[in-house]
Amino acid sequence: MIKSILVFIEQRDNQIKKSSLEALSHAVKLASVTAAKTTALIAGGEFESFDRVSSTGVNQIIHFQNPDLNIYSPSAFAKLLADTAKENGSDCLLFANSQMGKDLAPRVAARLDAGIAMDCINLDYQDTELVVNRPIFAGKAYQQMSVTTEKKVFTLRPNVFPFITPGPDSGLVIEKKSADAPDFSVRVTEIKKSEGKLDVSEADIIVSGGRGMKGPEHFILIESLAEVLGGAVGASRAVVDAGWRPHNEQVGQTGKTVSPSLYIACGISGAIQHMAGMSSSKNIVAVNKDKDAPIFTVADYGVVGDVFEILPLLTEEIKRVKS
Amino acid sequence: MNIGVCISHVPDTAAKIKIKEDLSQIDYTSVPFIINPYDEFAMEEAIRIKEKSGGTTYAISLGKDGVKESLRKALATGIDEAIHIKTELELDSSAVAKNLCDEIKSLNLELVFMGKQSVDFDSSATGQILSELLGFNCITNCVSFSLDGRNVRAEREIEGGREVLETTLPVIITAQKGLNEPRYASLKGIMAAKKKNIVEKNAAYTECKTKVIGFSLPKGKSAGKVLSADSDGVKELVRLLKEEAKVF
Repeated sequence: MIKSILVFIEQRDNQIKKSSLEALSHAVKLASVTAAKTTALIAGGEFESFDRVSSTGVNQIIHFQNPDLNIYSPSAFAKLLADTAKENGSDCLLFANSQMGKDLAPRVAARLDAGIAMDCINLDYQDTELVVNRPIFAGKAYQQMSVTTEKKVFTLRPNVFPFITPGPDSGLVIEKKSADAPDFSVRVTEIKKSEGKLDVSEADIIVSGGRGMKGPEHFILIESLAEVLGGAVGASRAVVDAGWRPHNEQVGQTGKTVSPSLYIACGISGAIQHMAGMSSSKNIVAVNKDKDAPIFTVADYGVVGDVFEILPLLTEEIKRVKS
Repeated sequence: MNIGVCISHVPDTAAKIKIKEDLSQIDYTSVPFIINPYDEFAMEEAIRIKEKSGGTTYAISLGKDGVKESLRKALATGIDEAIHIKTELELDSSAVAKNLCDEIKSLNLELVFMGKQSVDFDSSATGQILSELLGFNCITNCVSFSLDGRNVRAEREIEGGREVLETTLPVIITAQKGLNEPRYASLKGIMAAKKKNIVEKNAAYTECKTKVIGFSLPKGKSAGKVLSADSDGVKELVRLLKEEAKVF
C-alpha cells in the first residue's frame, strides 16, 4: 500500500512544465485511494507563488532554492530526489516522461533500489496492486506490468493524464530549502534552443512530409501549412535519412512517438515504423496520390491527390477560415 | 583506451508485432531481428575513438542465442571483441544493468556507449541505472560527444533544443540518432567476423524488480472519410477539422 508519493516538478526558465502538473494531478488521484501523502519537489527557479502546483491539491511543496539548481544537473537532481524520498518516507515517485524526467527517474530508482516503469499511459489500482499500461515497439503493442519492489518509480507520458484543477483541499505546506553540497559531477553548461521552432514532441498540431514531397525544396509547402496552423514540422524516416530534414523532426519508431490533436501526413505512404509513432494522434489527415497507401488505414480524413495541388489549397482555406 | 558498447538484439522496425493467444507473451515467430538502431550510433562512436586513439572495443549483449547474430554484425563492422551474457529470460532494465555492471567492471572499462533506448521495450532506463550501479557519470540522448583527456563534453537532445553537458570519465553515454553516421560492415569485415570467437557467460542476475502481466494490441480504426482532391474537397476537409474534429 502506497503511503507517500513524491512527484518531480520540472522547471525550465522558471516555467513549470505542464506534463509535471499532469503527473502531480495523477498522484493526488492515486493518493486518495490509500489516504497517502503527496509531495511536489521543485529544484531551482524563482517563483513568487506556486499556484499552479498547489491547485492540484498536493499536501506539501518542497522548493530547493539554490540558484545553481536553476539549470539541470543529472547528478545533483538525482541525489536531491533520492535523499528527499528517503527523508520523506516516499514509497512511490512520479515523473513526467519528458527528456528530463526520462533522464532522471532511472537514476533515482537505482539509488532507491526501486523498480521502475517508464512512459506509462495508464497507472491505476487493480485490487491493491498498482498496474501500468505502457506502449512498446513505439505503440505497435502495449505491455501491462507492475513494479514489485516496495518503492516504485513511474514516468508518465505527457498529454495523456489530465491536469485536474482545483484538486481537493489539502492543508498545503510549502517548504523552502537549500540543498547541501549538490553533486555537480555532471552538469549542463549551456542550452542551445532551436529558435522559433516548435518541437514535434511537444506540438499539438504536426504537419509531416515524406518522400512524396519529392525534394527538400518543396518542404516550404509543409512549413507554410504548419505555420498557419501554429504547428510543428515532422518528417518520415526516408526524408531524414536522405538528408532533406533534420533528424529531430523524424516521427516513428526510430524518431519521436507523437500523439497530437491533429497530424497531417503529406506524401507519406505509411511504413509500419512511421505509423507506430503517430497512429495514436487524435485526428489524422492523409494526403497521398496513391489510394492504396497504408497511411489511409489510420487516417480519419483522406485526400487521394497530389500534395503539390492540395497543400496550397489547404493552407489558403485554413488561413481564410481562421481570419 | 578500451571502450565498451552495449548492444541489444531487437525485432526489425519494419516488422509487425504479434501476441500469443493467451496474451502472456510477444509472438516472435518468423520476426526478423536487427541490432537496435540506436546501438549502431553507439558502436560507430566507439569505433571512431578507437581508430583515433587506439585500444580495444568490446560489444556486450545479453539474451538468448539469437543475440550472437547482432554481436557477429558488430564484429563485422569493426568491434574487436564480443561478449554474450546468456539468459533465456526476459529481464527488466534493472536486471540487465546489473549483469552489464559486472562485465564492465571485469573489463575495467571507463567509457561505455549504448543506444538511448531499445526499440522493443522503449524504456530508456538501462544506461542510467547502469551508471548508478557502477558509480559512473552518465549523459543520455547524446547527439554530439567529445573527449579531451578525461574531460567529456556531450550535447543531448531536449524538447526544442540541446543541452551541452560536461563531466569526466568514467562515463556511460547513451546515443540518439544524429550522433554520427554509422558505417556499413565491409565484405572483408564480414569474412573476418565469421572466424572470431564470441565469449559466452551465463547471466549472474535474473531477479527483476517488475512483473509483466500481459500484452495487448492497439484497437483497429474504422475507415476514415475520403474527400475529393479539389477545392471543394479541401473546403469540406477544413470544415470537418473545424466543426467535427474541433482542432482549430
